[in-house]
Amino acid sequence: MTVAALPQTNFFQIKKGIFSWLFTLDHKRIGLMYLYSVGLFFLVAAGLGVAMRLELLNPGRDIMSPQTYNQVFTLHGVIMIFLFIIPSIPAVFGNFFLPLMLGTDDVAFPKINLLSYWLYVLGALFALSTLMYGSGPADTGWTFYAPYSVKTGTNVTMAVLAAFILGFSSILTGLNFIVTIHRLRTPGMGFNQMPLFAWSLYATSWIQLLATPVIGITLLMIVAERVFGIGLFDPAIGGDPILYQHLFWIYSHPAVYIMALPAMGIVSEIIPTFAQRTIFGYKAIAYSSMAIAFVGYFVWGHHMFTSGMSGPAAIIFSILTFFVAIPTAIKVFNWVATLYKGSINIQVPLLFALAFIFNFMIGGLTGLVLGAVAADIHVHDTYFVVGHFHYVMFGGAGFAFFGALHYWFPKIWGRMYNMRMANIAFTILFIGFNMLYFPMLILGLEGMPRRYYDYLPEFHTLNVVSTVGSWVLATGLLLMIGNLIAGYLKGKAASANPWNGITLEWQTSSPPPLHNFDKMPELTKGGPYNFPNAKSTHKK
Amino acid sequence: MNASNFVEGVDFTLYLILGISIFFLVGITVVMVYFLFRYRKKKNPVATNISHNNTLEVVWTVIPTILVLIMFWYGWTGYTPMRNVPDDAMEINATGQMWKWSFEYPDGKITDSLVVPVNKPVKLNLFSKDVLHSLYIPAFRIKEDVVPGGDNWMWFTAQKEGTFDILCAEYCGQLHSYMLTTITVMEEGEYNTWLKSKPDTSNEHPGLTLMKQNACFSCHTRDGTRLVGPSFKGLFGRQETVIVNGEEKNITADRDYIMESIKNPNASVVKSYQSGLMIQYGNVLNDEQINSIIDYLETIK
Repeated sequence: MTVAALPQTNFFQIKKGIFSWLFTLDHKRIGLMYLYSVGLFFLVAAGLGVAMRLELLNPGRDIMSPQTYNQVFTLHGVIMIFLFIIPSIPAVFGNFFLPLMLGTDDVAFPKINLLSYWLYVLGALFALSTLMYGSGPADTGWTFYAPYSVKTGTNVTMAVLAAFILGFSSILTGLNFIVTIHRLRTPGMGFNQMPLFAWSLYATSWIQLLATPVIGITLLMIVAERVFGIGLFDPAIGGDPILYQHLFWIYSHPAVYIMALPAMGIVSEIIPTFAQRTIFGYKAIAYSSMAIAFVGYFVWGHHMFTSGMSGPAAIIFSILTFFVAIPTAIKVFNWVATLYKGSINIQVPLLFALAFIFNFMIGGLTGLVLGAVAADIHVHDTYFVVGHFHYVMFGGAGFAFFGALHYWFPKIWGRMYNMRMANIAFTILFIGFNMLYFPMLILGLEGMPRRYYDYLPEFHTLNVVSTVGSWVLATGLLLMIGNLIAGYLKGKAASANPWNGITLEWQTSSPPPLHNFDKMPELTKGGPYNFPNAKSTHKK
Repeated sequence: MNASNFVEGVDFTLYLILGISIFFLVGITVVMVYFLFRYRKKKNPVATNISHNNTLEVVWTVIPTILVLIMFWYGWTGYTPMRNVPDDAMEINATGQMWKWSFEYPDGKITDSLVVPVNKPVKLNLFSKDVLHSLYIPAFRIKEDVVPGGDNWMWFTAQKEGTFDILCAEYCGQLHSYMLTTITVMEEGEYNTWLKSKPDTSNEHPGLTLMKQNACFSCHTRDGTRLVGPSFKGLFGRQETVIVNGEEKNITADRDYIMESIKNPNASVVKSYQSGLMIQYGNVLNDEQINSIIDYLETIK
C-alpha cells in the first residue's frame, strides 16, 4: 500500500453538510455535537449566574423582581446540572476519546449513542419551552422540593419532564460505555492496562445506569401529583414531603459523582503526560473511583440532617459520608506524588489540572464541615453550601472540562491555540473563580441562607466582592473561549502528539481518521503510563 | 457567655475541621508548587517512573481515616444534645407560612417575633401551614426544617440577653428572603411581665387583626401594588375576570365571591395570577371571622 504519501482523510473531511453530522454514527462527531450543545448551555447558564450576582450586588432590588430572581436561579441550576455538568465530560470527551484510548473504532452501540444525543436535544427543548408560555420557567430551585413544586403555578411539569428525558440520555451513554469497556478493548489491554480516564468513566457509567432511574420515577411522581392530584408528596392531599427528599437525593447525591469522577479521570491523564512519568498509585486511583461510586450510594441522607431525621439515622449517614473522603484524599496524594521526580512541562492543561486539585481540595474539605452533623446544622442551606458545591462542580469538574479542552484540542482539530493567551485567560479565570466563590463560604459561616433575593446589611461587603469576582471570572471565560475559537479557525497545525503523551489516542493522526487508527495501536509495555524515556526504579 | 447552649459544640467542630482543612490545603499546595518548580523540565530533564510505594500509601490512607473519625466524633457529640430536650423545657408553638412566622405561648398569647426567658430551656414545636420552611437562628447555631404535616421540633437554652435574627433557611417561594423575624431574650421577671401584657388592638378593626395573624398581607397589598395575589385596594365591588375550570368568567367581588375565595381560593382565580399558592382558609377560620375580614376589606377603598 502506498497511501502513506497522500494526505490523510480525517473524520471532518469524510462527509460534509449538516445531515452528515445530525445522522452520524461516528463517536467523534457525536462527541463534538455534545461539545457545541453543552458549551452553548454553559454560556447561557453562566450568563444567568452573572445576572444573579448583579442582583445581589446591593441589598434590595437591583435589576429584577424576586419572582424573576427565583426563576433565574432555578434555570441556572437546571441548565448547569442537567444540560451541562452531567453530560459534559462523559458525553463530550468520553464519547470522543474512550474508543481512541481503548484502541477501538467506535463505541459498542453507535446508534444508541446517536439516540442518546437526540434525547439530550429533546430534553433541552422541553426545558427551553418552559420559557415560552404560562407563568414561565419553574421557580422551585433545581431540587424541585415538594410541596412547593406541587403548588406553584410555574411550568414545573414541563421542567421535570425535561429532566426525565435527559435522564434517559444519561442512562444510554452509561450503558454504552460499560459495554464498550468490557467488550472493545484492543487485544492485550486488560482492565489494569486501561487509562485512568476509562476507569473513571467505567465507575461513572454504573452510577448513571443504576441511579438515574430513581430520579426518573421520582419526577414522574411529581407530574402525577400536579396533573392528576395523586397525593404522594403534598401533605394537604395525604402525601409526605420528606419521601420526596429521600427519593430525590438517592439519585442526586450519586449524581455528584457522575459530575466529579470523570473530572478526576481527566486530571489522572493530564498529570502523567506533563510530568513525563508514570502515574503514582495506578491501582489506588482506579479502584478508589469504584469505591467512591459504591459508597456514594449510601450517603444521600447528609442532605437532610435538618429535615427532622432521627438522631441515629443522621449519625449513620454522617459516618458513611466521611468514608467518601478517604478514597478522595488518596487520589489527591497520588496526583501530587506523580509530580515528584517528573520532568515537568508546565503548559496550560497542567495548570488547569493543578487548579482542579486546589479548588477540589477546598470543595472536599468544606464537604467535611457539612458531613459533621453539628457543624452542618449551622451551615446547612446557607451560602456555605453554595460555595462548597461550586468549588466541587465548577472549580473541580468545570476546570477539568476546560483542562481537557486544552489538552485534547490539538488532537480533535489538528490545530493549536495561542499558548500565551491561554495562560493569561487561565490566570484571570482562576483568580475570578476564587474571588467569586470564597466569600460565599464566609457568608455561610456568618449565617446568610441560600436562595435569598435580598439580604441583611451585614452581608453587603462580601456580596460586593463576590459580584466583582463574577466579572473577573466572566472576562477570563470570554478570553479563553475567544482564544480557543481563534485557534480553531487559524491556529498553527498541530502534530499527532504535541505533548508527548503515551495513551493510545496520541498514536493516531490529528484529527483522527474516521475509523480512528490506520494501523493497530501499540500498547505501552509495563502499564499505560510507563514512559520509556524515564528512569526506572526497579531492576529488570 | 455564648448566645445559646449549642454554640460551643458547633463552633468547636467547625474550628477543628476548618483548622485541619487549612493545614492540609496549605501543606499540599506548597508541596505541589515546590514539585512544580523543583522538577520542571529545565531543572530535571529526565523523569523517574515511580509506580507506587506501599508504606507511603498505607500512611496516607490511615492518617486521613483517623482524622475523619475524629471529625465525625465531634460532629456527633455536638449534635446529640440538640436531640435530647430536657423534661422541664417550656414549649412554644412556632408556625411558618408564606412568608411569616408566628409564635404561640402556653397561655395562648400569639406574637410575630419570639420572646424567651434567659437560661431556661425552650422547646419549639414546628408547624407549617403550606410548604417547607426552616427556622434558623444563626447566633444560636441551630436550624430545623418546618415540614407541613410533620411534627418537627427544636430546643435551646438562650444564655445571653439581647435580640437576634430568625431567618427562613428553606426556599419557600417568592418572598423567601423576607421571611425574617427576631428572637428577644429577656431576664425571667421581665419575660413574665411581657407575657401578661396584651397588645393594644382596641382601636384596630377585628378583621385587620385576623388578617395580620393569617399573613394575608404577605401576598395582597393594601396600596394597589401587585404582589403574589391581587391587591385589596378597592377590591370590594370590583369587576374582575376570573378563570374557572380553565374558562374566563366575569364576576363582581362581592361578599359571596370573597367568602368563597378565602375558603377555596383555587376555584376561581383572577386572570393573570397563579393558582395553587394560597391555603384553604375554610379549615382555619370560621364564617364569623371571615365576615369580619370582609367587613374590613370593605373599608379599603
